[in-house]
Amino acid sequence: MNDKAIIVRGVAKRFTAVQAVAGIDFEVDEGELFGFLGPNGAGKSTTINMLIGLTRPDDGTIHIAGIDCSTKPKAAQHLMGVVPDESNLYPELTGYENLTFCGSLYGMSKHARAARARELLDRFGLGEAGGRKFGGYSKGMKRKLTIAAGIIHSPPILFLDEPTTGIDVASALQIRQLIADLNTAGTTIFLTTHYIEEAQRLCRRIAFIVKGRIVRIDTLDALMRHTNGRHAVQFAVSRGAPDLCEVLAGKWPGLRGQVIAEDQIRVESPEPVRVGALVRWIEESGVEVSEARQLRPSLEDVFIEITGIEADAMEQDKAGKGGGQ
Amino acid sequence: MKAWIACWNILAKDMRAYYLKPPNISWGLIFPLAWTGMFFVRSGSGLDSVPTLLPGVMAVSVLFGTTSMLAVTVTFEKKGRSFERLLLAPISLELLMLSKTAGAILFGVANAFVPVLLAAFLTDLSGINWLTLIPAVILIAVSSTFIGLLIAVSVAEVFEAQTFSNFFRFPMLFLCGLFFPIAQLPVWLRPLSYALPLTYGTDILHSSIHRPPHLPLTLSFALLAFSCILLFAISLQKIRQNWIS
Repeated sequence: MNDKAIIVRGVAKRFTAVQAVAGIDFEVDEGELFGFLGPNGAGKSTTINMLIGLTRPDDGTIHIAGIDCSTKPKAAQHLMGVVPDESNLYPELTGYENLTFCGSLYGMSKHARAARARELLDRFGLGEAGGRKFGGYSKGMKRKLTIAAGIIHSPPILFLDEPTTGIDVASALQIRQLIADLNTAGTTIFLTTHYIEEAQRLCRRIAFIVKGRIVRIDTLDALMRHTNGRHAVQFAVSRGAPDLCEVLAGKWPGLRGQVIAEDQIRVESPEPVRVGALVRWIEESGVEVSEARQLRPSLEDVFIEITGIEADAMEQDKAGKGGGQ
Repeated sequence: MKAWIACWNILAKDMRAYYLKPPNISWGLIFPLAWTGMFFVRSGSGLDSVPTLLPGVMAVSVLFGTTSMLAVTVTFEKKGRSFERLLLAPISLELLMLSKTAGAILFGVANAFVPVLLAAFLTDLSGINWLTLIPAVILIAVSSTFIGLLIAVSVAEVFEAQTFSNFFRFPMLFLCGLFFPIAQLPVWLRPLSYALPLTYGTDILHSSIHRPPHLPLTLSFALLAFSCILLFAISLQKIRQNWIS
């Protein structure tokens, strides 16, 4: 498990006036599910395109399974499966024909690709739709078939670019399970996403990329330790009471109150929050408390702290493409 | 990696998805027939003119049959990003593009023989030198396809590819000696004629069917082959520069 599937050293790419990627370094272990997280325009797609050989880096080196892809981009393509951020199969071919065609691109024999296509159609719940044209598929079905096409040749390394963007919740859940299963079966997965929760659920290690630079790269556990020293409680209240939040800091040293919504207050503290005493104090101040809920720190908190980018803003970047969470 | 499996399936997929569709088959048949009929009626010299017109009509059929298809098989697929899937296949760019253009070449060759079949019913074709005609048709199809490829990889939209194709194709009808000799062109236009590969292909076709060649056949074949290599090399360079930069 300690062999490196991907080694990236000092890779940079500039497009005329824009420095898309500014000298990044990272490694991905064999069998790892590695998350690459960042907002739109951060350099995620440029990085993935350089890794798969669709874009040439201006500087630096890329090794995939020990093969130098910066000088010989074609040499490692048989080891890679690629699922782009948009479903790019052929609308005029059926699901089955698309899969067998993709298998043929990797030199699979007629018999082998037919058997594998049928296996994948069943595995992805598309068995009955296999004879229908891809152009008539729903977004979720298109996404699933695109992932199936990416693994038709059983690649040891899979690049997934925003796999659940723009699809319904049920399909997104199914796809996440399929990704987890693939990884469990030994496939190294490089996943780019702007869904922080998705990265938190799936990845063992995560890199945050902002403006072409990796600002933090660590295991999920290590990233989460970042927030382990902080405690937060959210109260459902009869009114938001910004005045109450202002008084809170003076009355309760170390606590910081924030009105989240009209009827929600969030209180953060470096020490465990004494909820009972706090509820009593709020109610004595004339605000009724209907619920108090302890918040577990999330990767989103870490992301905001490290990058300074609000997670909501990042997801709104992709709002046009739909949900998927 | 068995590259031939990928190459054959790229060709077979394009054939199934694009070339063997009824609109293309009808275009491939109707267009050459219409051209043949038009020039036959216009010449007004009866069946004797068929061998004189045949080389030009064959060349037109190949030219239009090949160049128009690349806008779909390359530019359209690039626009829809399905071309990326091909670029990710572990085969060389040279093999990939040869597979991608093979369909257009075959389609162009087939188009060339539609007027020949028609002419066979109207006149005696026993004097045709097939040994020079068939290689010439193939080389014309290859060079025309690669002109289409160069246009297809130089633009981003399908309509741009079609517009540019017409920009090249229609002047070639008059500049390449298809229906009247280059000697009849103004002197200042002749260098342009000799810069176009179709001029050499048409000269071979004329010499294979009804008259001696204006240029030595070996020179025409060599220049036609050279233009194929040059156009293909420039197209690959464009792809590397624009699509894998």
